[in-house]
Amino acid sequence: MAKTKVMLMQGNTAVVEGAIAAGVKFYGGYPITPSTEIAEGMAKRLPMVGGKFMQTEDEIAGLGTVIGASLGGLKAMTATSGPGFSLKQEMIGLACNAEVPCVIVDVQRVGPSTGQPTSPSQGDVMQTKWGTHGDHWVIVVSPSSVPECFTLTQRAVALAEKYRVPVIMLMDEIVGHMRERIELPVSYDDIPKVERKRPTCPPEEFLAYAADESKVPAMADFGSGYRWHVSGLVHDETGFPKGAGSATRESQDRLRGKIMAHRDDIIQVERYKLDDAEFAIIAFGGAARTAYDAIDMARARGLRVGMMRPITIWPFARHEVSDLAKSVKGILVHELNCGQYVISVKAAVEGRCPVHLYAKYDNESATPEDMLAEIERAMKEDGLL
Amino acid sequence: MKEALVEKYFRKGHLPHLWCPGCGNGTVLGAIVTAIDNLKLDKNDVALISGIGCSSRSSGYVDFNTANTVHGRALPIATGLKMARPDMNVVVASGDGDCSAIGGNHLIHAARRNIDLTLVVFNNSIYGMTGGQYSPLTPPGFKATTAPYLTIEPMFDILELARAAGATFTARATSYHVPLLTSLIEKGIAHKGFSIIEAVTGCPTNFGRQNKIAAPALMMAWQRDHGVMKAKWDKMTPEEREGKFPIGLLSERNDVTEYTKAYDEIIKRAQGAEA
Amino acid sequence: MALKFVTSRCKGCGICAYFCPKKVLTVTELNKAAIAEGKENDCISCGQCEMRCPDYAIFVEREAK
Repeated sequence: MAKTKVMLMQGNTAVVEGAIAAGVKFYGGYPITPSTEIAEGMAKRLPMVGGKFMQTEDEIAGLGTVIGASLGGLKAMTATSGPGFSLKQEMIGLACNAEVPCVIVDVQRVGPSTGQPTSPSQGDVMQTKWGTHGDHWVIVVSPSSVPECFTLTQRAVALAEKYRVPVIMLMDEIVGHMRERIELPVSYDDIPKVERKRPTCPPEEFLAYAADESKVPAMADFGSGYRWHVSGLVHDETGFPKGAGSATRESQDRLRGKIMAHRDDIIQVERYKLDDAEFAIIAFGGAARTAYDAIDMARARGLRVGMMRPITIWPFARHEVSDLAKSVKGILVHELNCGQYVISVKAAVEGRCPVHLYAKYDNESATPEDMLAEIERAMKEDGLL
Repeated sequence: MKEALVEKYFRKGHLPHLWCPGCGNGTVLGAIVTAIDNLKLDKNDVALISGIGCSSRSSGYVDFNTANTVHGRALPIATGLKMARPDMNVVVASGDGDCSAIGGNHLIHAARRNIDLTLVVFNNSIYGMTGGQYSPLTPPGFKATTAPYLTIEPMFDILELARAAGATFTARATSYHVPLLTSLIEKGIAHKGFSIIEAVTGCPTNFGRQNKIAAPALMMAWQRDHGVMKAKWDKMTPEEREGKFPIGLLSERNDVTEYTKAYDEIIKRAQGAEA
Repeated sequence: MALKFVTSRCKGCGICAYFCPKKVLTVTELNKAAIAEGKENDCISCGQCEMRCPDYAIFVEREAK
């Protein structure tokens, strides 16, 4: 077992450590509450490991520099919050279409607009999926604890590299600013680093966007002898713009396909006390933290309640939720917004069981008592109590 | 440009390019390529990053490490690449609208940092790709599709703007003054710091037609007759300068540390602090 | 005569003809640069056309070394 150290750490700082452990070597970003500690931490930590940090002139340039550094072969990331995440959307589209690996951390705050900068919310759930224009596919993951900020940041980096896709780490102010016990390895040297697939063919045979059965093309670092063209225009396997409708369809099919073909590798959910449950909570990120206690309280009262906690938010855990709907008699979705994730839950449940929403959007996370009351109300409605 | 350079640097099967008859963009791209050849740079060590617009399509034609990115924001992407690969020669191709309007913020900050990028501004005084709207570099008193009653906005002097923001190399030539343009781009690439070369060029289709100067050759003759070499310009009275513009190397300084070099010192400091 | 035309690239903009100091070049009815009638022997290989052609469609074939 590698040597470890136990610390009290903030979620945002654990993201920094996770990024360093994953081998991130570039960060470009702009200060914004409640994510600023990530920029501050990266400014300190990156040069220690030979990496580079830039405080850019704006949010857009933050992701722009990340995309540029990624083209140069570095693992690269940025972090922001709602207003900055809105500004980054066009660059996210470029990263999707040109398939440039990058990680964008969004520590959510209350919106829209300036909203409530220091209060928790999960109002960006749909924006992470549909933020940039046009059909596109990204991976979104959401941590619920400080230790998970460390591990999931590494996973976000790995997924971005493996699938050549922007990965959004969807956090909330609760998890970002909360301090918790965390046990970290003293050295990150033994932590495996996931490398993007690089071409092995001779440069003259290299087709920048020709994919094998994995649907993920090999990516050459700029300056490595493989000269290729990056474009936000729809392109064919050569990477050069192609105006034909068939090119659009083939491109969209592959960009979707490279994610959906690997859904089992990408989608992670945590199941908490679901084995005998007749009623399930679905919650993620900071909102899920309340549910653990509420479930234990409900069980103390003899109610068989459990939770499915999606760790991967997008692509949606459709099969997992669908199976859950077959094994329980009711589902309560809890999210810190007016009801976004619940839309996809209902679509996956397809009426197999009632789906209730406990939407909270008043700057505060729910208490376990609040949630227990919601559980009991919903179970009564469903005739389970 | 020379046939051998077309053969050597242009991607096979991508010509003719999409620019209109008489558009100066091909000439400016030719000057970039010739400058790179004169410097004997390895193609693998050159990147050409562009934004969006007519001139930004230039990146697709040439056999370097190339990217046609988002409108106005080639500079941040080039900046990130330069940070990852300080050994590479990173050239940015941008239009007047791309780099002075939507990308204006990135321009001044790239200049301020003095990062070793070479920005070539294809200034045709108009948004060509979208059909002839005025840009911050359209002079007042001209027609544009969004200025049917003539433009009233003053224009930027983009080189003065960049110099004030910290650019350590500013130069201007035109698509008429091809050897000068080539030599300035060459010097700009060799310069260790942020260099900007404004290439004044003509858009016969979307600037010329609206303003009744559609003949490409006449636009170039205008460049010939109105561009004045800096040495002469410096001796001219304000009256003599009226309607003219200076060309040549307008400013250069070598007393500012280049950004990636400065960052190397940060790494040393951070690693020293760790030990 | 030492000019090479790549007509597939020529867009007939007329820049070469305008700046040719010997008026060797013209733009044909097919909108392509060509040598004007009777000017076949007038080219002095100055390279103005090659330097100015925005479409890389005209080259001066220099003497073999």
